[in-house]
Amino acid sequence: MRILEKHKILEKNATLLLVFSFLVVTIGGIVQITPLFYLENTIEKVEGVRPYTPLELAGRDIYIREGCYVCHSQMIRPMRDEVERYGHYSLAAESMYDHPFQWGSKRTGPDLARVGGRYSDEWHIDHLRDPQSVVPESIMPKYGFLLDRVIHTDHIQQRLVADRRVGVPYTDEMIQNAVADFRTQADEFGDLSALQSRYPGAQVRNFDRQPQLTEMDALIAYLQVLGTMVDFSTFEPDPNR
Amino acid sequence: MSDDTKKPADDVASPANPDNQINLRRQAADAEHAAKIGGAIPPRSAPDKPVSPSHRRKGRHGVGLKETPSTGHEWDGITEYDNPMPRWWLWTFYATIVWAIGYMIAYPAIPLVTQATQGLLRTNARAEVAAEIDRFAAANAPIQAALVQTDLAAIPQDADLMSYASNAGAALYRTWCAQCHGAGAGGARGYPNLLDDDWLWGGSMEDIHLTLMHGIRDPQDPDTRYSQMPRYGADGLLNQREIDRVVHYVLSLSDQPHDADRAARGAQIYADNCSACHGDAGEGDRGQGAPALNDQVWLYGSEPETLRRIVSEGPYGVMPAWSNRLTEAEIRALTVYVHGLGGGE
Repeated sequence: MRILEKHKILEKNATLLLVFSFLVVTIGGIVQITPLFYLENTIEKVEGVRPYTPLELAGRDIYIREGCYVCHSQMIRPMRDEVERYGHYSLAAESMYDHPFQWGSKRTGPDLARVGGRYSDEWHIDHLRDPQSVVPESIMPKYGFLLDRVIHTDHIQQRLVADRRVGVPYTDEMIQNAVADFRTQADEFGDLSALQSRYPGAQVRNFDRQPQLTEMDALIAYLQVLGTMVDFSTFEPDPNR
Repeated sequence: MSDDTKKPADDVASPANPDNQINLRRQAADAEHAAKIGGAIPPRSAPDKPVSPSHRRKGRHGVGLKETPSTGHEWDGITEYDNPMPRWWLWTFYATIVWAIGYMIAYPAIPLVTQATQGLLRTNARAEVAAEIDRFAAANAPIQAALVQTDLAAIPQDADLMSYASNAGAALYRTWCAQCHGAGAGGARGYPNLLDDDWLWGGSMEDIHLTLMHGIRDPQDPDTRYSQMPRYGADGLLNQREIDRVVHYVLSLSDQPHDADRAARGAQIYADNCSACHGDAGEGDRGQGAPALNDQVWLYGSEPETLRRIVSEGPYGVMPAWSNRLTEAEIRALTVYVHGLGGGE
């Protein structure tokens, strides 16, 4: 066949082979990825999902920095055993403001998609400082140093701007008040209503029980919000999705 | 020893000696290559023509063998065989193509305008998991309904309910409770032991049920059990010397090693600050979750430095509320299980 004879030209020319390989991979990528941006079941909006508060966002960055995702996934799969252990299966919308998402498939530790509210702040402090003190059979490393690392607010405003550039709907008001919101969330005596009007349902308290604002505050604030934004007592899953 | 095995020295260069063949061929190839570089041998006009030998040769047992065809590619006298793909491999490959076509017809596959083609099987992961959960829920429904309708105090009289509730409760305990209270319910520092009869908020079925429903100091549950011990040191209510004295008095209540002099000076401080919740003799008050101080059970430890820290900074143990995660039947099963661990009242 003539077309197969032509193929020999590609086989004998490395640069041409590279160009055409790239073309094939590009077409394959477009076919697989583009529909995700417009198919209705991948862009399902769910009531209650909001962007992370500045403190939660900082905690999320610490979560990623410490490599928590290496052992913990954040995706409950739609199977009975997973739902019974972890709670309602994860919805795509619940990670719509995650850049990058933390789904994962490697579970050395348990899934954390709905860890919010499951344990007390004290438990998280004890457990992060010395996991074996509460779960003797755990193989998790210790993260007590987070209690000593005072967190700085220098970059939090730019951090929100960066997320807005990739599509998280932070308003100008949110970005202007980023530093104030950041401090308020770890201070029970601050201006709660302003924070909670911007971020409905934001939990406000001194997460690490220390006077200074540490990385432990941020990480626990993040862990305590995981999976709590959607109210599943009123959520009706669309059967076509 | 025969002459064949022992070769004479002058046989090294002889073409008759099979050991010399490699050397001789190498020399011939070198000569050809040198000639090629020198331009003596013109390049072949069509070097890459496939060669299909037509003659057959006899293999073992007289079976006719066809010589393997060549692609015609040749490098330094080495030619490339044109062997076909193994047949099993080729057919497996064709089978995967056929499977893919069938799969695309049966399952969701090709993205269209608003959604992908749904496939003939109409699979739906959400509906499947909902059906699976419903199947188990339906199987458990009668006994769970009985568990919810029966008065808590009457459950122990019903053998079937007890059997179901303690087994279901054990499974639920391992999923939701073991992280704090321990896999064996022995507790940890700051997390109460559930095996003993020393209860902070009460060990009756009703008390355990209420604690499970609303938790203790859960910031998300308005009906949670709540009390807060003052931070005597951190908020400047007592100075360090007073704290030290009252700690020794508390240690004396349960006959632990203590300094009698300091304990005596601490008695009045205790009466003024602590007895309202912990009782005049340190018997505790379950209504406020104030632990008894006159026994040997210590939530955070009984070392003087631990007690000084607790009095100074105030303990604040939190247990989450479970009513928004577990059903009433599940909470009742857990109640029965925890009540049956040893300390139930």
